[in-house]
Amino acid sequence: MVHTFIGNLGHLLIITAFVSALLATYAYFQLARVPELESNAWRKLGRSAFYIHLFSVLGIVASLFFIIYNHYFEYHYAWSHSSRSLPTHFMISCFWEGQEGSFLLWIFWNALLGIWLMNSNKVWEGPVMTIFALIQAFLASMILGVVIPGLDFKIGSSPFILLRDAMQDAPIFATNPNFVPEDGNGLNPLLQNYWMVIHPPVLFLGYAIPIIPFAYCIAGLWQQKYSEWIRPALPWALFAAMVLGVGILMGAYWAYETLNFGGYWNWDPVENAVYIPWLVLVAGIHTMIMYKKRGTALRTSVVLVIASFILILYATFLTRSGILGNASVHSFTDLGLSGQLLIYLLTFLVLSVGLSIKEWKKIPTDDTELSTYSREFWIFIGATTLCLAAFQVFASTSIPVYNAIIEAMGFVSNMAPPADQVAHYTKFQLWFAVIITVLSAIGQFFWWKKIDKNKLISSLTTPVLITLLVSALVIVLAPVDNLVYIVLLTTSVFSIVANGKILLNVAKNNYKLSGGAVAHIGVAMMMIGIMFSSGYSKVVSINTSGLLLPGEFFEKDDNKETKENVFLTINQPTRMDNYWITYRGKRIEARGVPGYLHRNQVASTKVDYQVVAKEDIVQNGKTYYKKGDTLEIYAENTYYQVEYRDDKGRVFNLYPRAQINEQMGGILASPDIKHTVTRDIYTHVNAVADPDAAKEWSKMEEQIVSIGDTFFVNDYVAVLDNVLRVSEVDGISLTSEDAAVKAQIRVLGREREYEVTPTYLIKDRMVGRIPEEVEDLGLKITFTNIDPAKGTFTFGTNTTQKDWIIMKAREMPFINVLWIGTFIMTIGFILAISRRYSEFAKMRNKEVEVNA
Amino acid sequence: MKKVHIFVIIIIAVAIGVIMSTAGDASSYVSFKEATELSEDGKDKKVHVVGKLKKDPAGQIIGMTYQPHLDANHFEFVLVDQNNEERQVVYNQPKPQDFERSEQIVVIGSIQGETFKADKILMKCPSKYQENEIKVNGSDSKGVEAKL
Repeated sequence: MVHTFIGNLGHLLIITAFVSALLATYAYFQLARVPELESNAWRKLGRSAFYIHLFSVLGIVASLFFIIYNHYFEYHYAWSHSSRSLPTHFMISCFWEGQEGSFLLWIFWNALLGIWLMNSNKVWEGPVMTIFALIQAFLASMILGVVIPGLDFKIGSSPFILLRDAMQDAPIFATNPNFVPEDGNGLNPLLQNYWMVIHPPVLFLGYAIPIIPFAYCIAGLWQQKYSEWIRPALPWALFAAMVLGVGILMGAYWAYETLNFGGYWNWDPVENAVYIPWLVLVAGIHTMIMYKKRGTALRTSVVLVIASFILILYATFLTRSGILGNASVHSFTDLGLSGQLLIYLLTFLVLSVGLSIKEWKKIPTDDTELSTYSREFWIFIGATTLCLAAFQVFASTSIPVYNAIIEAMGFVSNMAPPADQVAHYTKFQLWFAVIITVLSAIGQFFWWKKIDKNKLISSLTTPVLITLLVSALVIVLAPVDNLVYIVLLTTSVFSIVANGKILLNVAKNNYKLSGGAVAHIGVAMMMIGIMFSSGYSKVVSINTSGLLLPGEFFEKDDNKETKENVFLTINQPTRMDNYWITYRGKRIEARGVPGYLHRNQVASTKVDYQVVAKEDIVQNGKTYYKKGDTLEIYAENTYYQVEYRDDKGRVFNLYPRAQINEQMGGILASPDIKHTVTRDIYTHVNAVADPDAAKEWSKMEEQIVSIGDTFFVNDYVAVLDNVLRVSEVDGISLTSEDAAVKAQIRVLGREREYEVTPTYLIKDRMVGRIPEEVEDLGLKITFTNIDPAKGTFTFGTNTTQKDWIIMKAREMPFINVLWIGTFIMTIGFILAISRRYSEFAKMRNKEVEVNA
Repeated sequence: MKKVHIFVIIIIAVAIGVIMSTAGDASSYVSFKEATELSEDGKDKKVHVVGKLKKDPAGQIIGMTYQPHLDANHFEFVLVDQNNEERQVVYNQPKPQDFERSEQIVVIGSIQGETFKADKILMKCPSKYQENEIKVNGSDSKGVEAKL
């Protein structure tokens, strides 16, 4: 049955949300223009419209969730992003796998923020909410899914579209328009990760908040309150930078844990797209603080706050318009919204730039030359460095855009992104990082003291000495041997020491003022963590086998550096760096059982996620299932146990994962990471023996044995324990005419025993033999004959290539410093936000008193 | 000269440096012919070549070798570029998963001698995340598939 009601309701709510956002824009526009006396009616209208908007958005979210939760696969969105076996907590992730849902997430955050904004500031409500609601209307139009009659122009793409409308050409709908698929396509396995449940909401909140400082800034220009907008905008700008920063780093951590490109940051265009506005926003925060302290850099603040928002729109355009094409591995597919996204981007670009130019002359400036000994001078240079860093990433990331522009003008352009993106970006960003860490240290000294040359030298002496001492120790002990890294390490340590000193001084008096120092320490720690974990990341799985393809001329000048993957045959230790590593076989994960199970502990059933225990399932001394119980496993996931043994005999195991998902096409590998205090060991499989490929078996070797006999199968000792008569074979009952026997053979592998039960049957007067395979040992045993007179049995053994994997392992030293630095930076932001928000709230309450 | 002027000059200088370096580091999409010319000129600049796998009339891939038990880090195949010129490509990494299914392949690297040495391979798969077929009988994998 096709449930049309819920979809129609959802679509109606989208239209309501769009119209109410437009209405709120108009009402608030009037509120901002009319005199105080007439304002009440407009305020009421604007607020009601925005509340209607909020409830519509909540309704849309609820409707979409209802569709996904109830498996209404007649809806395209549920069909393409969900499936019946998906656990409920991952149904939330379905929202952001598709473009429409991720727009919805952004709209949802905006709606909530709008309510807060509306109720937090009466003075600014009119102009700020005008801009805010207009942005919201543009966003809502992206999921509108309405075709303008006559023009054949579609606005937005609705998540409530039915499958039969989305795929009108599918032949099934011609014969049966009410066809509903049994199951959906499922969620991309890479998104089935808890980070993917929290990272997108945080990132989109980070997209949503910068709208607020932007709205304040535009409102300030429009209302000719050229400087007053800074105070209310500052806490929001800090909040935005914090959330966006945390969102970006969560994405990095997800990539590190789940993707197999070997790191947390790849300078992929999609990553760069959000990094650019973040840098500009941070620069903007610094100039806003400069204005509050000293009354300078107001114009710069206006430019930067506007730029950060426009760059967020640009990021949206890059990732969603399909323009990146081949340049990125993880942008969304093109939904045909590029035109609409471009209009969105250009509208706000033209509006805000136009308004700034118009009001430019009236924005107050401070014409006095900044002294080299003033804090503002150094902060300004810092902000400029951040902007240059952003510009560098922008210039290179936009290469596909240049191609599109040049081709739109009728020329041919074949520019491609740099072949080695990491090297290209690093050579600039590293030096920007050096400058920023130095400035974040020096700037702080000017911050707290009115200073001249002599005082400066005296107050810097101790930190510089401590820095040199600490850096020298780290350089020798770690060791750091690259001059560039030594520079970055020293400047970062300097920043930590200098800001640490400030922190000690300030915290004594008022910890609330310490946000800046704490955040700077966090950033400097992140730099150190990045320097070590990326700069000294070492591939430990260098192939030393020395086996080469015969007759291959490439091999003679082939360097070992590119031989970064090792081939591991099961149970055969291989030397790798400081470890003996051994592939121990495939493992599976059962629901409700900790750890991993051996594939041999369970037998398959007809349903791929249900298995029967062949023995008691015991983990950590607790019995979870008895022999013969049916249990559920995560059928998509296969884990490959890799044992690491160092020269002191210490052993640990890693379980890198590969997900085999036919609908998504093939295999997706995720790493497993051994975390220690000083380093992570990161391991992932690059290739595995194809489970579907036909195996090549050796010629069968036959042996005749009696019950209780010991014999050899392919060098392993085997014991024939028993031969039993069975009445059922693979679920088929046997009649009185038929007969079947099952042998119980114990094969003693090096690591464990395997119970092998090949079957011999006579059914309908035909002999049947059902062999059993022991994958770990690469052998197959067939029950070939019975000699009732002698009481002996014949078994045939075939062997094949043993199970294998190809894996890569890297060491990431001191990566924990990066994550700790992230936490510290976040704490710094929180301190700064609370300070700036209380400043704003105090002033707002004063204004209200004055007005009253 | 005021400090602000020096400042502006430095910013402009850095910006120009950034642009020059971007232009210098930027790779380009070329054909095998152009890639060969570049390597004959002694330039070892990495380029992007877009192409398809060489296939026989029956749709079988020709010229692809990967023998992981001999050398897990050696993979070679024949790529036909957009001008229908074919080249042996050598990739010193394991064979990417799903390689055979890819519709279009971008290799990044340079011509060395007779072969193209790839540092990186990008694949465009026909239906990885873009669903274009509906399983009419969802529970049975052998069920009829309605393809678009």
